[in-house]
Amino acid sequence: MTNTNDTLAPGTIGRRRAAALPEQPPQLWKSVKPKKAYDIVIVGGGGHGLATAYYLAKNHGLTNIAVVEKGWLAGGNTARNTTIIRSNYLWDESAAIYEHSLKLWETLEEDLGYEMFFSQRGVLTLAHSVSDVRLKRRNLYANALNGIDSEWLTPEEVKKLVPIINISEDVRYPVHGATYQPRGGIAKHDWVAWGYAKAASDLGVDIIQGTEVTGFDIRNNKVHGVHTSQGTIAAGKVGLVAAGHSSLLANLAGFSIPIQSRPLQALVSPLLEQVLNTVVMSGAVHVYVSQAHKGELVMGAGTDAFNSYAQRGGFHVIEHQLAAALELFPIFSRAQVLRTWGGIVDIAPDASPIIGVTPVENLFINAGWGTGGFKATPGSGWVMAHTIAHGTPHELNKPFALDRFLTGHLIDEHGAAGVAH
Amino acid sequence: MLYIPCPHCGLRNETEFHYGAEAGVAYPDPNALADSEWAKYLHIRANPKGWLAERWVHFAGCGRWFNLWRNTVTHEIGPAYLPFTEQPKAPGNIGQEGPKA
Repeated sequence: MTNTNDTLAPGTIGRRRAAALPEQPPQLWKSVKPKKAYDIVIVGGGGHGLATAYYLAKNHGLTNIAVVEKGWLAGGNTARNTTIIRSNYLWDESAAIYEHSLKLWETLEEDLGYEMFFSQRGVLTLAHSVSDVRLKRRNLYANALNGIDSEWLTPEEVKKLVPIINISEDVRYPVHGATYQPRGGIAKHDWVAWGYAKAASDLGVDIIQGTEVTGFDIRNNKVHGVHTSQGTIAAGKVGLVAAGHSSLLANLAGFSIPIQSRPLQALVSPLLEQVLNTVVMSGAVHVYVSQAHKGELVMGAGTDAFNSYAQRGGFHVIEHQLAAALELFPIFSRAQVLRTWGGIVDIAPDASPIIGVTPVENLFINAGWGTGGFKATPGSGWVMAHTIAHGTPHELNKPFALDRFLTGHLIDEHGAAGVAH
Repeated sequence: MLYIPCPHCGLRNETEFHYGAEAGVAYPDPNALADSEWAKYLHIRANPKGWLAERWVHFAGCGRWFNLWRNTVTHEIGPAYLPFTEQPKAPGNIGQEGPKA
């Protein structure tokens, strides 16, 4: 790309398919060559990296920033998740950061001046056994103490909300009730990335795609820049926001983080009539499903069992997930699988993110969002921007520091991190 | 679906196994370690892009643990070997980073 004003016009497929979708401007962000030096380099051009750059510019007035992306903008987990947004996590620390994120979602379209089909259609989390009911109710009370909207629904109330669900008792995993967060919902994931990219670019941030970070310029335990496939870029501060590749980058910078990278799969059906107007999740049977605006059913599975960077997973995982989905929604037996794919998720031992300082001065990390990072995109970017701008963590991400694995103050969210992995 | 060579039972479906992450991590003497070394033992495991020597247990078969070389990019399976035996060399890399196990 020699032209510094290359026009990128995503969204043309959507425009052709449905007149109801908003028009995209001819250019969303400027495609540029990297300068020799920046105040801040963000490694990773997914939703979290772009949000970090945007909030650095907007909240902290720092605009001499480059976002360096190995592949194409938001082509990793941002493009591969099931777009579920909620904040009903168990522990206070998690509730605080995810609720901050949900509040940001509620005004994000106006803030960025960009439509992203944010829809607060509610999130149902099903309970299938006595112990499941107890755990979910415990979660509910914790949510209430943290001021997070969450209520208990009986199987009959679940049926009223989701008429196509099977609540009969004679199935392997009967529905014994559900927690319901009405403010939860979905958004159009790629538009979220484009919205942040456009807004950041408008504020002067350089977005550099197709450029891989291959090493770091570290002297006296202080980072001075990144080595990339397009040469070295000097930087005052560097933020690592690279999801499944975070531990590889940390190793390049000379330290280790407790992250294991696993494939997480999802799938869509062809476009169907609207039959499901809320999000339904079930940890016990490993399925979560919603119906996107265009009409496709979007479903997520559990992670594959082993470490991988292949962005694909085993078909038996999909089969397992669909068997569960069919029992819950017999009507889905008429639908077909249009497409399946996998993303590489970064899982920490306590299923909570790692956001904060690293052993290297001026090098910051935001990783470990694992199987549920999309919902946190705005909040994650917000606190990461604060952390980079001030050199110390925001109140909300203090508990999520890398040193919690030394102190033992873990934030165990395996139970609330969606499906059991 | 991976086909995994259990050293005791032969080639079986991945669904008969549970995963145990990086192989060859010795159990240290907790009293001899600094907190940071103990934290490292508890939480840090190799996560390379390429060949990884890792643990599997054949829970639906012989029930025994063993070690296996597997490529985390291509999902190729390398040699399996028993714990406390000599580790075979990593299979040749296919344009990927070397093993860090």
